Amino acid sequence: MVVVVVINPVKNMNGEYMKVKYLIFTALFIVVFMTLSSNAAVLPEDRADAMYHSYQGGGMSIDGPSILLRKKIGKSVSVSTNYYIDMVSSASIDVLATASPYKEERKEHSLSVDYLHDKTVLSLGYSQSKESDFDAKSLHFDVSQDFFGDLTTLSFGFSKGNDEISQNGNETFKETATRANYRLGLSQVATKNLVLGMNLEAITDEGYLNNPYRSYRYQDANSATGFSYATEIYPNTRTSNAASLRARYFLPNKAAIYANARVFSDTWGIDANTYKLGYSQSFMNNWLMDFHLRHYSQTSADFYRDLFDRQDQFNFMARDKEMSTFNDLSIGLTTRYLFKISSAPWIKSSSINLSIDHIQFDYENFRNVLAEQQMGTEPFYSFSANVIRFYVSLWY
Amino acid sequence: MNNTKAKCMVLASILLACSGCSTSIKPWVKPYERNNLADPVMNWQLDPIASAYIHHVFQAREGARGAEGTSGGGCGCN
Repeated sequence: MVVVVVINPVKNMNGEYMKVKYLIFTALFIVVFMTLSSNAAVLPEDRADAMYHSYQGGGMSIDGPSILLRKKIGKSVSVSTNYYIDMVSSASIDVLATASPYKEERKEHSLSVDYLHDKTVLSLGYSQSKESDFDAKSLHFDVSQDFFGDLTTLSFGFSKGNDEISQNGNETFKETATRANYRLGLSQVATKNLVLGMNLEAITDEGYLNNPYRSYRYQDANSATGFSYATEIYPNTRTSNAASLRARYFLPNKAAIYANARVFSDTWGIDANTYKLGYSQSFMNNWLMDFHLRHYSQTSADFYRDLFDRQDQFNFMARDKEMSTFNDLSIGLTTRYLFKISSAPWIKSSSINLSIDHIQFDYENFRNVLAEQQMGTEPFYSFSANVIRFYVSLWY
Repeated sequence: MNNTKAKCMVLASILLACSGCSTSIKPWVKPYERNNLADPVMNWQLDPIASAYIHHVFQAREGARGAEGTSGGGCGCN
């Protein structure tokens, strides 16, 4: 109830950001207090996962592997590591409008350590993402505390990220950006069949925040098409706040229905809502199926336009479709089959899993310049994408 | 003391009151009543490797970010 009061929208985003920071410090106080008077939670299970992932849509083809390993060390420490690769082949509308299709690879490594003390889990993580023109490093710290007979879990966290941005073909271009995330979460067992959850997150960015390859479009009488392109200019700061609520209810016959809702707002003028509804069903002892629908909508950034009147019209100008007004709808299905891969005593269980999501993106003020119609009358852009996750898991 | 600090103190007080410092409210779901809650269909994040990937897919294509219940930052989404 109190949380609802705190997340009421206000116009001053920096004030909102400070509120989330105060909430996190409050959570820290509560956790420290309760650590002194509580007992026993659990660390995540030891497991290994190997996944093949694929995203196909909008002229983009991205696929690759991801490997996750988690292992306890003694009774109080659990270590996990993830190795992830994106192999990108891009001929998206952004690329085709102003440049040539390209291929690249992104590799990400992460390592985290969880430490359990009574009902408190402290987590420290580090991740690094590397591309030919983008390096991102980030450090994460999270605390999770069970209390009230283990019906309530309070968690909070902080991340600090540093990005180094360069531009292929331009050796002199080198920029940096920093990012800080402040998270707060609360999970509550409401009844023997119902779990509720709430999450708040404030994120601040500072530095070079645009994509050096992206351009804005402006009217140009000297061009045969009537328009030309110039490099985008973004503000060099951004603060955003997001709040989400979720609920999951157990139904008879080993099924569950769940719902998530998220509101988002930032200092660039983007307001967004996300809604998700899903149904999970276990059957025949070792099968699990999950079906879900997700809808997302956002308003455009204040400095976004599909077509500017002239070059350098404003201080900040963008034509990224991610900054435009649009919505997307996804429908997804996951199937899991549990089996015993070996009779070896150290193997507890294993599973094979397939997830397929279909996403439809519809843009409301981003036009398809490839349609070659009269400037400013091109149809609004839309595309669909298919996302596949195929993975095997082993618990030991 | 500003309004935000006051709200945080109220929040802290209520949460502490609910945490077992108060004897007036007891946990109403007993450990032996949690079979349904422990079923895999009630797990928010059944497989972290799959959840992290789908979050990344949306984060790279949508303006909104955060409050997903996972650690984040520096996704390399340009």
